[in-house]
Amino acid sequence: MKHDMKHDAELHTLTGAYALHALAPAEHEVFGEHLGDCPSCRQEVAEFSATAARLAGAVALAPPARMRDAVLHGIDSVRQLPPPVPAAGRQPMTFTAILRRKAITLAIAASIAAAAVLGGVTVRQNRLAEEARQQAQASERRLQDVSAVVAASDARTVRGRTPGGATTSVVSSTSRNRAVFMAAGLSDPGAGRTYQLWFDDHGAMRPAGLLTRDGATLMEGGVQGASGVGLTVEPAGGSARPTTRPLMLLALPD
Amino acid sequence: MRRTDPGGPSAPTGQPLPFGVPDTAAPRLEELMSRVARGDKDAFSALYDALSGIVFGLVVRVVRNRAQSEEVAQEVMIDLWRQAARYRPDQGSVLSWAATLAHRRAVDRVRSAQAAINREQDQAARQQARPFDEVAEQVETRLESEQVRRCMRGLTEIQRQAVTLAYYQGLTYREVAETLRTPLPTIKTRMRDGLIRLRDCMGVTT
Ligand SMILES: [Zn+2]
Repeated sequence: MKHDMKHDAELHTLTGAYALHALAPAEHEVFGEHLGDCPSCRQEVAEFSATAARLAGAVALAPPARMRDAVLHGIDSVRQLPPPVPAAGRQPMTFTAILRRKAITLAIAASIAAAAVLGGVTVRQNRLAEEARQQAQASERRLQDVSAVVAASDARTVRGRTPGGATTSVVSSTSRNRAVFMAAGLSDPGAGRTYQLWFDDHGAMRPAGLLTRDGATLMEGGVQGASGVGLTVEPAGGSARPTTRPLMLLALPD
Repeated sequence: MRRTDPGGPSAPTGQPLPFGVPDTAAPRLEELMSRVARGDKDAFSALYDALSGIVFGLVVRVVRNRAQSEEVAQEVMIDLWRQAARYRPDQGSVLSWAATLAHRRAVDRVRSAQAAINREQDQAARQQARPFDEVAEQVETRLESEQVRRCMRGLTEIQRQAVTLAYYQGLTYREVAETLRTPLPTIKTRMRDGLIRLRDCMGVTT
């Protein structure tokens, strides 16, 4: 697909900004996912990180002696993390990884269905195949939409924290009339429940999509007219208006 | 050169250190790290002595405020202890890993919500106070490594500024683009091109 090629080619050029920690959080995450799939970018980032370490070496400075004492005493009360579990699937998946995996599964489903169609089967299967293909494309497009909002020249970021300690940010772009919600550290909303996003249209809450875990989410609907963004826990499937007190309300930049 | 930084008395008062860690120390650091991963505190104190100068210097450069820098550098060093078992030698040297952690923490600190607001005001003030090529020049003259200085001179003006503003000042590439009044896509590619030249000039391998 042509737009995918373009998307990819643009992604490859982000190695430098990524290694210098100069990307916006959502982009950093999207590119991190890309690194998992792209050995050449991975190699380049490793080389750039080693290059950056030389730049760090060039500004080395002796820290005060009290810092040594503080650190060497400090570690007494710090438990070391165990080595990472090698088995795949133990790592919590990010939103983009889920999207991508789903897209692949759907693409496989589509090709199976397409094979069935070639075997001379029904219109219904044909339609299923078409739906699967469209969904796979929609997932890819959402990834691109997230990147587009974050990279918009007028993108602005606001940050907040839920009472549970999750860090959240909203990147909004007036020119694209879209916003991306990002979260890290959200707890499981619980069985039969979901997180729901809202645009706060100066007091009237407008549903803006569901999420169940951390990651970057393209909010549904336009950012125009909204003065803020809210997050609530709702029954699975979401609600037409908030049924619980917001965990967080972020004011959007004017 | 006189610093006109409005952020307070942030000029380094510690002693500049000779360039980083000699290359011969690299295998030793990996050795130390594997001992640290097994909870060896003696190995950690040796690791501290080898890395704390680079970590502290980099954090001071990005965060600028001395008290905050000390706090951040301390967190980074403790994080090296905490995460020691997660270090993967096949993904880069210990030095590279430590510098990445330190830079990440430093930029997170300067980009935290309140800091971001202050910084916007600061930056506007600085932008009026002095042209940015002067900033880049100041950074350059304060580099302790002859090799890094020489390789920096091999970059085009915009490559050099893109890399130094992002790395030493912790600006996002969007902020770099605004500062240099250059389109975003151009900045992305200049950062990459600049790093490629530096990498080749310094003979960096992984
Ligand atoms: Zn790539």
